[in-house]
Amino acid sequence: MSKITEIRWHGRGGQGAKTASLLLAESALEEGKYIQGFPEYGPERMGAPMQSFTRISEVPISLHSHVRTPDAVVVLDSTLLGTVDVTFGLGEKGVILVNSPETPQTIRRKLGLNKGKVFTVDATSISIEILGKNLPNTPMLGALIKVTSLLSLDTVASSIKHKFGKKFSSRIIEGNIEAIKKAYEEVKEE
Amino acid sequence: MGRIVGLTGDEATAEAMRQINPDVVAAYPITPQTETVQRFSEFVAEGIVATEMVRVESEHSAMSACVGAAAAGARAMTATSANGLALMWEICYIAASYRLPVIMAVVNRALSGPINIHCDHSDSMGTRDAGWIQIYSENCQEAYDNLIQAVRIAEEEKVRLPVMVTFDGFIISHAMERVEILEDDEVSQFIGKYKNAYSLLDVDSPVTYGPLDLYDYYFEHKRQQIEAIEISPEVIQKIGREFKDLSGRYYDLMGSCHLEGAELVIVAAGSTAGTVESVVDELREKGEKVGLLKIRIFRPFPAKQIAEALRGVRAVAVLDRSVSFGAQGGPIFLEIRSALFDEIKPPAVVNYIYGLGGRDIGVDEIERVYKNLERIAHTKKVDELVGYLGLRE
Repeated sequence: MSKITEIRWHGRGGQGAKTASLLLAESALEEGKYIQGFPEYGPERMGAPMQSFTRISEVPISLHSHVRTPDAVVVLDSTLLGTVDVTFGLGEKGVILVNSPETPQTIRRKLGLNKGKVFTVDATSISIEILGKNLPNTPMLGALIKVTSLLSLDTVASSIKHKFGKKFSSRIIEGNIEAIKKAYEEVKEE
Repeated sequence: MGRIVGLTGDEATAEAMRQINPDVVAAYPITPQTETVQRFSEFVAEGIVATEMVRVESEHSAMSACVGAAAAGARAMTATSANGLALMWEICYIAASYRLPVIMAVVNRALSGPINIHCDHSDSMGTRDAGWIQIYSENCQEAYDNLIQAVRIAEEEKVRLPVMVTFDGFIISHAMERVEILEDDEVSQFIGKYKNAYSLLDVDSPVTYGPLDLYDYYFEHKRQQIEAIEISPEVIQKIGREFKDLSGRYYDLMGSCHLEGAELVIVAAGSTAGTVESVVDELREKGEKVGLLKIRIFRPFPAKQIAEALRGVRAVAVLDRSVSFGAQGGPIFLEIRSALFDEIKPPAVVNYIYGLGGRDIGVDEIERVYKNLERIAHTKKVDELVGYLGLRE
C-alpha cells in the first residue's frame, strides 16, 4: 500500500477542494499514473467544512475507503485549524500545507504538531491579486506539487487547459496557471 | 485499442450508454445517479446519440416506458438509485416476467428513512427476487465493462431477461478513476443490432404482452422464467470470454478472487471488495493465508462455483452492506451459508453488516475481521453469527 500516495484536502464548501482533488488526479493520469479523486459528500453547503481525497499510484488502486493515513494534507482555509482535526492519521514523514500568510513555525505551534513537515503559502492573497477573488484551490495545488514533487508544473498547466478549456475563458485559465506558478514559487518551508 | 481517461462512475456509465446508443432511455433523476442521466441527456441534446429520451415524471413511469419500448422491439435503458428503484418495484417484476431485456444502472444508495443519500446495497438487494439478473461492480472500470456486457446478456435469445448493473453511490459514482474506454465501433460491433423476435409492432406475427394469466398457466410461465435465469450463467460466461477478447479484461460469475492457499476468506460485493483486496495483498506479503471472494453475479447466485471455490477454506466472513430485518443475516450471507450446507467439511461462516448509509469502511475494520476469522478457525466456534462493523455500540 505504500506505493500509493494519499492526499487529503480540507476546505469549506465553495472553495474548490473537490475540484483541486480531481484536478490533481487528472494531472497524474496524464503522467500515466493510476488515480482516484473523490469528495466526501455531506449536506453540501457553502462555507461548511468538507474533505476531498486524491490517491496516486504506479500500480492499480483497489482501496476505496476515505484517506485515513494521508501522506499529505492540504488545508484551504486556516480557520479550520481550530475546528477540524486536520492532522488526523498524518504519518511521521507526512506533509501539511496550509493556506496562510503566517510562517510554518507559527502554524506548527497552532497545530501542536511534533511530527511531519509544515508548509504555508498565502494562496488567498495570490488568488485575489491574480484572479480578483478568493479561490485558493488552484494556487494550493501549485504549492502542493512543489513540496511533494508529485508532478511537474507543466503537466498541471496542460491539465487545467484541458479540463477548463470548454467551461472558462482563456483569461481565467491563464490566471489560474499564473496563480499556480506563483504559489509554486512562494510556498514557505520551516 | 481504446483510450485511457479519468472518469467518475456516473460519467463512465454515461459513456457506456453513449456507445451503446440505445433506442430509448426513460429516466428520472435521483442522487447519486443524476450525473449519469444528466450527461447522457447532453449527448441526446447534442445529437451524438440517436436515442429517444423520455423525460418521465417518476421512476414508476421510467420503468413503464422502458417496458413499453422494449415490448415494441426497442433497446431500452434506464438508471436509478434507492427510493427511485423502490418506486419502480412493481414494474421491475413486469419487465422480468415479460422477458424484456431492459438494461438498468443502479447506483447503490440507502433507502429512506431516515433520509440518507449515501451508499449501501438495500436498494438492489430489495429487488433480488424481481427476476432480474444482478451484476455488482467494484469500480468505475467494472461499471463501464459490466454495462456493455449486460446488453448482450439481456438480449441473448435463450435468456431475454432484464439486467441491472450496480455500483456504489458516491464511493464510485462520484470518484474519478482511470478508466479504459473502448472505441465506439468496437462497442457497437460487440453488442450488435437488437432484434426482438416478439415485437408488439410486428403485425405479421402478432403477440400479446401482459394478458390475464390465472391458475391455468401463470405457474408454467413462472417456471419458464426460472429456466431462463438458470440458463443465464453459461451465457454470462460466454460473453465474459468474448469481452476479454475485445478488451483484455476477463469477467466470470465471481469477481476476481484471491483464493490460492487461502484459509481465511472474506466475501464482499461492490467497492469494499477492492478495499479487502488491498488488505489481502498487504497481509499476504507478511505470509498470512488470507483471501477474498468477490461477488459479481448475485442473481442468479453461482452457489456451486462459490462452494467449490471455498473448498479447503477454514473460516469465511461474509460482508453485507444491507439488512434483511429479522432474517438470519444479510442477503449475501444467507446465500453463502446455504451454498455451503452440502459440503462435507464446510468452513465456519460468520456475517458482518457494515457501511449502512455510507458509513466508511477501511483497512482497520477489515484487518479486524481477519483477526476474528483467525480466532474462529482456531476455536472452531462462531460466538456471534451476525456482527456489525464500524458501528458505535
